[in-house]
Amino acid sequence: MKRQHVLAVLGAVIAAAAAAPLLPSYPLTLLTQAVIIAILAMSLDLLLGYTGLSSLGHAAYFGVSAYAVGILATEHQAGFVVCAVAGVALAALTAALFGLLAIRAVGTYFLMITLALGMVVWGLAFRWVSMTKGDNGIAGIPRPELGLPWSLWAPLPFFYFALGGLLLAWALLAVLVRSPFGLTLKGVRESETRMRALGYNVWLHKYLAFVLAGTFAGFAGVFWAYYNGFVSPVDVQLVTSVETLLMVALGGPGTLAGPVLGAAVIVFLKNFVSVYTKRWLLILGAVYIGVILFAPKGIFGALRGRQR
Amino acid sequence: MTKLRARVAALLTLAALVLPALLPPATQAQSGPIKIGMLAPLTGPFAQIGKDMVSGTELYLDEIGRQMGGRKVELIVEDDEGNPATALNKSRKLVEQDRVAVLTGGLLANVGYALQPYIDGQRVPATYPVMAADDITQRKPAKYIVRTGWATSQPMHPFAEWVAKNTRHRKIAFIGMDYAFGYETLGGFQAVFEKEGGQIVQKIWTPLNTNDFAPFLAQVKRDADAVLALFVGRLALQFMKQYEESGLKGKLPLYGGGTLTDESVLPNMGNEAIGAITALHYSQALDNPANQKFSKAFEAKFGKISSYYSEACYTNARWIAEAVKAVNGKVEDKDAFLAALKKVEIKDTARGPLSIDKWGNPVQNIYVRKVERVGGKLQNTVIATIPAVSQFWKFNPDEYMKLPLYSRDYPPCKAC
Repeated sequence: MKRQHVLAVLGAVIAAAAAAPLLPSYPLTLLTQAVIIAILAMSLDLLLGYTGLSSLGHAAYFGVSAYAVGILATEHQAGFVVCAVAGVALAALTAALFGLLAIRAVGTYFLMITLALGMVVWGLAFRWVSMTKGDNGIAGIPRPELGLPWSLWAPLPFFYFALGGLLLAWALLAVLVRSPFGLTLKGVRESETRMRALGYNVWLHKYLAFVLAGTFAGFAGVFWAYYNGFVSPVDVQLVTSVETLLMVALGGPGTLAGPVLGAAVIVFLKNFVSVYTKRWLLILGAVYIGVILFAPKGIFGALRGRQR
Repeated sequence: MTKLRARVAALLTLAALVLPALLPPATQAQSGPIKIGMLAPLTGPFAQIGKDMVSGTELYLDEIGRQMGGRKVELIVEDDEGNPATALNKSRKLVEQDRVAVLTGGLLANVGYALQPYIDGQRVPATYPVMAADDITQRKPAKYIVRTGWATSQPMHPFAEWVAKNTRHRKIAFIGMDYAFGYETLGGFQAVFEKEGGQIVQKIWTPLNTNDFAPFLAQVKRDADAVLALFVGRLALQFMKQYEESGLKGKLPLYGGGTLTDESVLPNMGNEAIGAITALHYSQALDNPANQKFSKAFEAKFGKISSYYSEACYTNARWIAEAVKAVNGKVEDKDAFLAALKKVEIKDTARGPLSIDKWGNPVQNIYVRKVERVGGKLQNTVIATIPAVSQFWKFNPDEYMKLPLYSRDYPPCKAC
């Protein structure tokens, strides 16, 4: 990835951070949402863009973590650290378990099995009423107390809090995809057989990528639970997984800036277009089709491709 | 060139992110219009119901010339997709950007629960015309929410007593949708029915995405005296058809929660629905002047008959208008406006007289309705009226709320 593109997107993020205090509270909360969803989209991109595995169950890890935070914060009044660690750990554990089942499959079969596993988590969220409160969801999750002078109940400090999360995830993932491990993942994406012939343990690399992607999705889930103050089966349903997949595809798979861009575009399209027309789904659909036809590598990929 | 492109890209991204700041700033209206923010599912599987909700509201606003307490009224409708996270987002838009004086609408229970902390946190008066989850006005009441609709178990308590006293049916099998609305419907019925000497002999829970009820209907105990069912929308249509096809209709009389034969689905049913007895706080066939006026006007304007959803939002709009009148249009004084919303009492709504209890839920008539064909059309003929029913029925509110919320396993099925 060329340096100036990364700088451009990073610049936009910093500009957004600088502009944040000037924004009214509603656009600011949307920006916060875009930031959190961007973490989720980036985590999925580790699978889709870097390893070449398209998962249809990514909301599961996101949701498991959000539920863990929700239950711990409301029923056990747990603090931020406990909630965050438990959320991320549980997401990683779920991904570790599901990975064992899913990584054996490839292509469409991988798609189907991740879809099925995602539905299992949805089913649990929906039916394990004593734990998850079923379709009523868990309400009243308090914002974390970090002992800072700014209350995270206010939109601006919470935005910076989420932005910090995004930058942390971004930095970690950037290191990861540039490491020898990350390069091997790209190799697996390009040709599994060749990597196997070269003596790499392809299964293990795919498995680790799967678990790591789930872990980062869990990280996003922690912020999501605090942001909405509410978790329900809707957060783990198929639509959420598909939407995340679309964000990655729209923004540009195989890059880290792409999913961030995709998440921002979709969150804003959804929330602004729907204010003006009931037919906003039609417009969103047209955008998807347009991107697939004219920019198969996503918005970010198209910007890059132009310059070559 | 490369650099230029990169800069353009950066600028575009920046513009996309900063654009919202350029939107018209929120106005602190003092003498401008009174803004009412409404959430309804306008896309997705509940879009038809969402439309009914908006239509009901529009109809009332048109009737009063879009004026409340001497001020103009502006209705801002947002699509919540029946999704709690979207509903939260749209509420933020309505409350923080549009600065609405009152937030209203919403269909699904989880939306109701999700909005509760936000509404109380923002201290914005809100009304729930449709969302019926019991605990919104029971064990977890919110200070700023006034329910102008109903609590799920509210019609079922008196309905159970009516069935126990007026029929010889003592053993009833239940079949219904596997979610909180189903649990609270059956729970309310069972709690009272078993007190009156009846028994629930079976609970069959069907997944929300069921397409074929035959395997479930095959399980229904044939030695029961009657069946109680709870379905909504498309599932109600499907269930009714299959209840007849399975041969159960002739053998076991059918009772149901009000949505089973609600007018939003009734026109699409055939003879299979005739004879079903359900309970709700409204029927399109109610014979009072206010309902005559409302249902005629609704049908004339929207070309379909009024359902409980449209009536709920029509009366809800009237409720808000009464409260605005009580504070002389000064809705900016939130606490006074909220107090006024909690004091509204209307003697002649389309669903009968309405008042409110101290937990924020209406006290209203419950109607036992029987599906009949009148003048070629199916309707919910009212066969009994139980006046002034509270959400706690004849129970003591404090003791009632010490019991668990009705759920899949509560009350337990002793006779199953």
